[in-house]
Amino acid sequence: MKPVAMRYIDEFRDLERAQQLTAAIAAEVEPGRRYRLMEFCGGHTHAIFRYGLADLLPAAIELIHGPGCPVCVLPMARIDHAIALAEQPNTILCSYGDMLRVPGSERRSLLHARAAGADVRLIHRVDETLQIARDHPEREVILFAIGFETTTPPTAVALQRAAAEQLPNWSLFCNHLLTPAAIRAILEAPEAQQPGGVAIDGILGPSHVSTIIGSRPYEFLAATYRLPVVIAGFEPLDILLSIRQLVAQLNSGRAVVENQYQRAVSRDGNRRAQQLMADHFTLRDRFEWRGLGWLPQSALAIHPNYQQFDAEQRFSIAVARRDEVKGCECPAILRGVKKPTDCRLFGRGCTPDQPLGACMVSAEGACAAYWHYGRFRQRPVGESVA
Amino acid sequence: MKRSPFPHPLPLSGCVELAHGSGGRATAQLIAELFATRLDNPLLRQGNDGTDLGHVSGRLVVTTDAHVVTPHTFPGGDIGSLAIHGTINDLAMMGAEPRWLTAAFILEAGFPLADLAAIIDTMAAAASRAGVAVVAGDTKVVERGQGDGIYITTSGIGVVAEGIHLGGDRVEPGDQILLSGTLGDHAMAVMAAREQLSFDPPLHSDSQPLHRLVAALLKAQPAIHCLRDPTRGGVAATLNEIAWQAGVGIELDEAAIPLQPGVRGGCELLGLDPLHLACEGRLLAFCRAADTAALLALMRNRPESLAAAVIGEVVADPHHFVQIKTALGGYRMVDWIAGEQLPRIC
Repeated sequence: MKPVAMRYIDEFRDLERAQQLTAAIAAEVEPGRRYRLMEFCGGHTHAIFRYGLADLLPAAIELIHGPGCPVCVLPMARIDHAIALAEQPNTILCSYGDMLRVPGSERRSLLHARAAGADVRLIHRVDETLQIARDHPEREVILFAIGFETTTPPTAVALQRAAAEQLPNWSLFCNHLLTPAAIRAILEAPEAQQPGGVAIDGILGPSHVSTIIGSRPYEFLAATYRLPVVIAGFEPLDILLSIRQLVAQLNSGRAVVENQYQRAVSRDGNRRAQQLMADHFTLRDRFEWRGLGWLPQSALAIHPNYQQFDAEQRFSIAVARRDEVKGCECPAILRGVKKPTDCRLFGRGCTPDQPLGACMVSAEGACAAYWHYGRFRQRPVGESVA
Repeated sequence: MKRSPFPHPLPLSGCVELAHGSGGRATAQLIAELFATRLDNPLLRQGNDGTDLGHVSGRLVVTTDAHVVTPHTFPGGDIGSLAIHGTINDLAMMGAEPRWLTAAFILEAGFPLADLAAIIDTMAAAASRAGVAVVAGDTKVVERGQGDGIYITTSGIGVVAEGIHLGGDRVEPGDQILLSGTLGDHAMAVMAAREQLSFDPPLHSDSQPLHRLVAALLKAQPAIHCLRDPTRGGVAATLNEIAWQAGVGIELDEAAIPLQPGVRGGCELLGLDPLHLACEGRLLAFCRAADTAALLALMRNRPESLAAAVIGEVVADPHHFVQIKTALGGYRMVDWIAGEQLPRIC
């Protein structure tokens, strides 16, 4: 493999420029006005905490964490389904890191299933699963695929290759989700209409998702809901600049989709990746999201042309419906209605080591970000408490 | 000259077999021809069930450490040198002069004897360079599929000089925290070897013995409060342990933490935090502010610690938090890592 040479890291984390941007934002916010900005992506949530950006912003800027963590929004029933698939005899189930730790019902995760003897494997790339299937022709190899539009094209390529090779023992448990539907659901939620419910003045738009689907699919937010949107990169300067753009739109009463992440995102996105998705997947009528409920046309199923690779059809698994953990506020946190510290389980029954709710599992989950980077318990630095 | 009890020399083209762990002639031959010749020293040559170390004066320190790294060889070392350095460094962090090591090997049937010989060669070279002898050992063989080629457990005994008392409980508010070099080179080098990533400039494990550096530091300043090597769990775990043990808080300065470009890039690529990455040849020193400059200068004059830096300080804090000032001037907590980030790295 080619040597890794990371460049242009410091340019997007430059202290002086960050100070210029935060000073400009502080000067530009209107006195007495609140700017409630939702970052949809867990990647943004993580970066905001990782760099302590909230410390640098004026109090008028309120950041609301959105549901953009694909691990967090998968409902318990889908985790139970995956565990049941993994526990079939002669099976290898493969998935990405955080997914193995998410608790299903009775706090059981795929890691627990693995400890009890199921062959559950952590992968970094989908094509690893094809190789595992080739290496173990006598066993069923299932890819537990998750993610928003960003990770869907690679899954499509795996499906394409499996079909070309006619791999008989490879199948896909498809859990790919669509972001625009989730944003719409948050804005349409009954509580959003009520005073004191989730109120959002602007949106930091998903950017890695937008490298695939482009910025166009978010234009309805500006047109229908009069919400400014800025597609924002994940580096600290990207986020600060995007916040400044949102403030400017709000101050001038505009509501349009702006693209701060121009080095990667275009209005129309990656057409080839979109074609791969269209060729290999179809829209599900509805899909259940943790916290958001059953959302119409919010997820993808395997295209009928490839249905022989659909693990949901190949293996008949009956999963009982379970209620979410009592007291867990993940649903409200995923909708931006509550903060992690509003949950009475936070830091008590539920920590990253013993997660009860999915938001505590993924590094991109709001609860894990709160816990790891700990704004809730932070005292002002420099004021030692004797 | 005594005649060898083994009619044919051990063929290095072969593999470890269950018979090599049976306690019979095959075991005796493996030990005699592969281990004893390479690790040879007068104490090991005693050849009894235990080794007689004779009379020892001074305070003794003992430690033990199991090594399961995969892949077995990585840029800058292998499981053999790692097993030697790991135990030497645990003794050194106590302020002890490492004297004797023991080594236990769990081998999986099918492991190539040539690979085993190469690992014992690096072990012997590492022990010899460090001036420490391996004085006792054990070998067991498990069936194929029951192990990952080779696991090595090393134990060590060291002697602490009079007047040296290092411990996490001695850390107090106002102490400065020195880091002896770049962070995470070992974990990233192992990760890169595993994932077939390469870096430009190339990245090597920091695995190295630290006892001579520690001796120099303690000679210059015997009142150092605490030394720790940030291995598994990285600096984040070490500092959280200290914060709880000493009942203090810690504040780090992200901009002061030395990082190799490859580690920085690898962390970006893989979504890792350098503070969670293991080192195998770095130490954290906690000392009074007045002693910091001299110790830092000493570190920067030694080959083990050219890139040493002051990375933070100890503060009074009843919550025992570890916090870091980010490069952009904001603050965040530094927490223990949850779950497994990089399994099997040491």
